[in-house]
Amino acid sequence: MGKPAFSDFVSIRDFTKEQINEIMRNAAKMVPYARGEKKTNVMSGKILGTLFYEPSTRTKLSFEAAMLRLGGATMGFSSTAGTSIEKGENFSDTIRVTESYADILVIRHPLEGAARLAADLSEKPVINAGDGAGQHPTQTVLDLYTMLEAKGKLEGLNIVLLGDLKFGRTVHSLAEALAMFGANLTLVAPSSLEMPRDVINQIESMGVKPNYAHSLEEAISDADILYVTRIQKERFADPTEYAKVSGSYRIDTKLLKQAKSDISVMHPLPRVNEIDPEVDRTPHSLYFRQAANGIPVRMAVLCMLLGVEP
Amino acid sequence: MKELKVQPIRNGTVIDHIESGMALNVLKILGITSDNIRSTISVAMHVRSKKGEWKDIVKIEDRELFAREVDRIALISPRATINIIRDYNVAEKRKVKIPPVIRGIVRCANPNCITNSNEPVETEFSVIREFPLTLKCHFCDRTQSRVEEYII
Repeated sequence: MGKPAFSDFVSIRDFTKEQINEIMRNAAKMVPYARGEKKTNVMSGKILGTLFYEPSTRTKLSFEAAMLRLGGATMGFSSTAGTSIEKGENFSDTIRVTESYADILVIRHPLEGAARLAADLSEKPVINAGDGAGQHPTQTVLDLYTMLEAKGKLEGLNIVLLGDLKFGRTVHSLAEALAMFGANLTLVAPSSLEMPRDVINQIESMGVKPNYAHSLEEAISDADILYVTRIQKERFADPTEYAKVSGSYRIDTKLLKQAKSDISVMHPLPRVNEIDPEVDRTPHSLYFRQAANGIPVRMAVLCMLLGVEP
Repeated sequence: MKELKVQPIRNGTVIDHIESGMALNVLKILGITSDNIRSTISVAMHVRSKKGEWKDIVKIEDRELFAREVDRIALISPRATINIIRDYNVAEKRKVKIPPVIRGIVRCANPNCITNSNEPVETEFSVIREFPLTLKCHFCDRTQSRVEEYII
């Protein structure tokens, strides 16, 4: 077994542009294994522990699929019901116990900083699969990878981020990473869901000044990629406030006629009403490809954390 | 002769040039309570400095504070000076210095941070700016100023 490329995968801010490029190059090499066209047992005898304190479909399944495709095994929980957490065990104890059962841990938790704490406590590598409104770095890398794969570059791309830019954890780290790669950003959000100031400050400190568009039509006219996010019902205390903003935008083929002919539409999924299903059948739709790219990207991260290659 | 508002002390530590209004926070940040100190503490609040500015002063008798202790004061009063007094004379005088990493003194301003739950974990911040003092949480990455409101 080789030397691990890094010890944990907690925040995209921990990585340089060159390291992210290396993950994406390794992800590209994983594609035939991810599709099942080639076989590997490089993770044989290794166990991935999946500790999901919050529900997730795609992230948990894609981590499991990634580990299984590499010949490893997985174990874990997808809600705290029936576990010792329900009996009152704290997170720190759960980490100390489960790290002795597994070779690598992937964690989703409702509180920000949970994955960092786990990484500090655990000798085994920890992957952050989302901590509250904080980071979700493998999602960020798979988004960058999908854009790079579709457009051949990241620098100079015109990217529109649309929707819940306040609570949506994927867009914060994505915006920072895109700034690092020199993309041009345009932000479109309902006034109650605008990008937090500290994220904007971080982006501006990297020399990128985001544009703000008043209408979606105006924003997409020269866009290469339209990145749509769901307005998350669970983040609103007041249902009337949710109702007010939830229907404020919808992407359909009529709208996309006003954009460049090769505009691509991305979405971290699940979507609700933001994208009309008619867009699925057009060449603009990139979101299912994006979801599929979660497997090779996560395979690359797992391999780099354990210092193995197929 | 100008009358002194606070009497000189024979031995101990004088913390001078504390930001006006911060004297009690200085005691709090040093962890000094009536339970854990046996000597006299004098606090003078809102007194004029030689330059005519308002300041607070804290005098702790018969105890010499360590550098590690006093640097905590920099978080809420970066211009404070520490005078170690021996037999009525200033034996040592130094300014406080903001430490690069701050552990366990300040609470994270983010209510959703793991350190604000019931986990047995000490808070940890890096200093990203000294004026105004801005800290970044090691765990949740959130930045915060107005540190005096979050002293544990």
